[in-house]
Amino acid sequence: MANLKVNIGGLELQNPVLTASGTFGYGEEFADLMDVNSLGGIIVKGTTLLPREGNPSPRMAETPSGMLNAVGLQNKGVDYFIDHIYPRITEEFTTEIIVNVAGSTIDDYAEVCRRLAPLPRIRAVEINISCPNVKQGGMAFGTTCAGAGEVTKAVRQAWPKTLIMKLSPNVTSIVDIAKAVEAEGADSVSLINTLMGMAIDVKRRKACLSTITGGLSGPAVKPVALRMVWQVAKAVKIPVIGLGGIMNVTDALEFIMAGATAIEIGTANFIDPAISQRIAEGLALYCQENNLASLSDIRGII
Amino acid sequence: MKYQLDTTVKQCDRLNQAYALLRFYPTDGSPLPVGIEPGQFVQVLIPDSPSTFLRRPISVCMADYQTQELWLLVRDAGAGTHRLVEAKQGEVFNMILPLGHGFTIPTEPDGRILLVGGGVGVAPLLYLGQRLKAANAQPEFLLAAKSQGDLLLVEEFEQHGPVHLATDDGSAGERGFAHQHSVLQSDISRIACCGPTPMMRAVAHIAHERGIECEVSLENMMACGIGACLCCVEDTQRGNTCVCTEGPVFNINQLKWQI
Repeated sequence: MANLKVNIGGLELQNPVLTASGTFGYGEEFADLMDVNSLGGIIVKGTTLLPREGNPSPRMAETPSGMLNAVGLQNKGVDYFIDHIYPRITEEFTTEIIVNVAGSTIDDYAEVCRRLAPLPRIRAVEINISCPNVKQGGMAFGTTCAGAGEVTKAVRQAWPKTLIMKLSPNVTSIVDIAKAVEAEGADSVSLINTLMGMAIDVKRRKACLSTITGGLSGPAVKPVALRMVWQVAKAVKIPVIGLGGIMNVTDALEFIMAGATAIEIGTANFIDPAISQRIAEGLALYCQENNLASLSDIRGII
Repeated sequence: MKYQLDTTVKQCDRLNQAYALLRFYPTDGSPLPVGIEPGQFVQVLIPDSPSTFLRRPISVCMADYQTQELWLLVRDAGAGTHRLVEAKQGEVFNMILPLGHGFTIPTEPDGRILLVGGGVGVAPLLYLGQRLKAANAQPEFLLAAKSQGDLLLVEEFEQHGPVHLATDDGSAGERGFAHQHSVLQSDISRIACCGPTPMMRAVAHIAHERGIECEVSLENMMACGIGACLCCVEDTQRGNTCVCTEGPVFNINQLKWQI
């Protein structure tokens, strides 16, 4: 049996398959349809200091081989998560639970992390400096090296455990941003968040999304994501978590060969709710069929 | 409990140019999953179609536990539903079911319950009518369409209760829209409505004015269908709410419709 364990800045995962924030709810939604504990971990919905209602409807448009969303970080806030959701999901699941953290100000990010820090089962946070669907914060911090570095620095002081920075592809050089967050003490980077896009309903002569622009995900973005993961993995020493349009085991292997230590499954969860488990099992089978002791034999070989 | 399962097309009947009634059974021969309620929906995967990347949410038209058949009424509205209405006997489609929160079936039915449907919105009312009748309630149907040829499944509805018709051109039943039909002014204890949003709003307005309990089934664009992505939300009295899990059926008092 191949060893699929990976280490993300001190956080050991039983296998490299995670679910991307905002595509897997809190895991409970999928529990009837798959074994959530078969995953390396789940990354729960973007969590902010105060509750957020998100953007008005319509928030979603289907596009060729993908979809646009403009959810806008709807969530009940960090205190609700701690009081109501955390007890439930830590009882239900044994796998790692990673919280995706979003904010409008640098203090917001740090405060959410401070409140999460005492929770024993939350051993990593993924900091979302890349959400294209909120007016303030989000991607604004993720599109300059200075902004990304500042958030990382503030969160690093508030969060003693594994710190993952989730990067935006909507930048001139994602490599420079990755280096900036690495320099400020990030343990890992995950990429890519959605690519900004839009769609127009010609019949109605209106934008398909209430916010006009939104974030594109799905197989349509995979080649872009793969290229960025490859570039970043070459440029930083910290582990890279790859995501963007992974639909099957082959896609997952591509990201690993491009240098990803772990991967996240996002939009594919909507098409096949059990796909993340299938990919985790598929990676084990691949290792077995190819006589690999672990995935490190193929990691970053490109 | 939700299930993901392969289903086989037993029969696909073209009802007219735009609609087909599809009957499915579980491919592996197992019984239909228990607990499918009227107003719930299924998420159908359209195979090998990059342009219809997401599953298609489709209302349960009938869950027949005697024959183990699941009926879906499908309108040819785009590439995904086109694949379905053209489906051949024996074709297999993957589904996630049952999803969402359906119509209320009163535990102690008193009085007439009017089920109002327009277009493909008549779909969930067939199963609802069957279940209401089985629960000793008195379902009646008000079916609306542009013209007589656009009315769907009228004979099937007649098996479960009296059917009232409204057509825009008066070719069947009363001339006019559903909300203008005289049956809405009669003695009714409850309304269940599914159809185009303007129709549901107009019916909800009458229900509201007359103080009649009224549920409507919404059709917001969905991605996951299981409450994970938060794409299909409706602005309700409780804030932005997932139509796929809290709905698709809502009491009109839960909504923020200006009626």
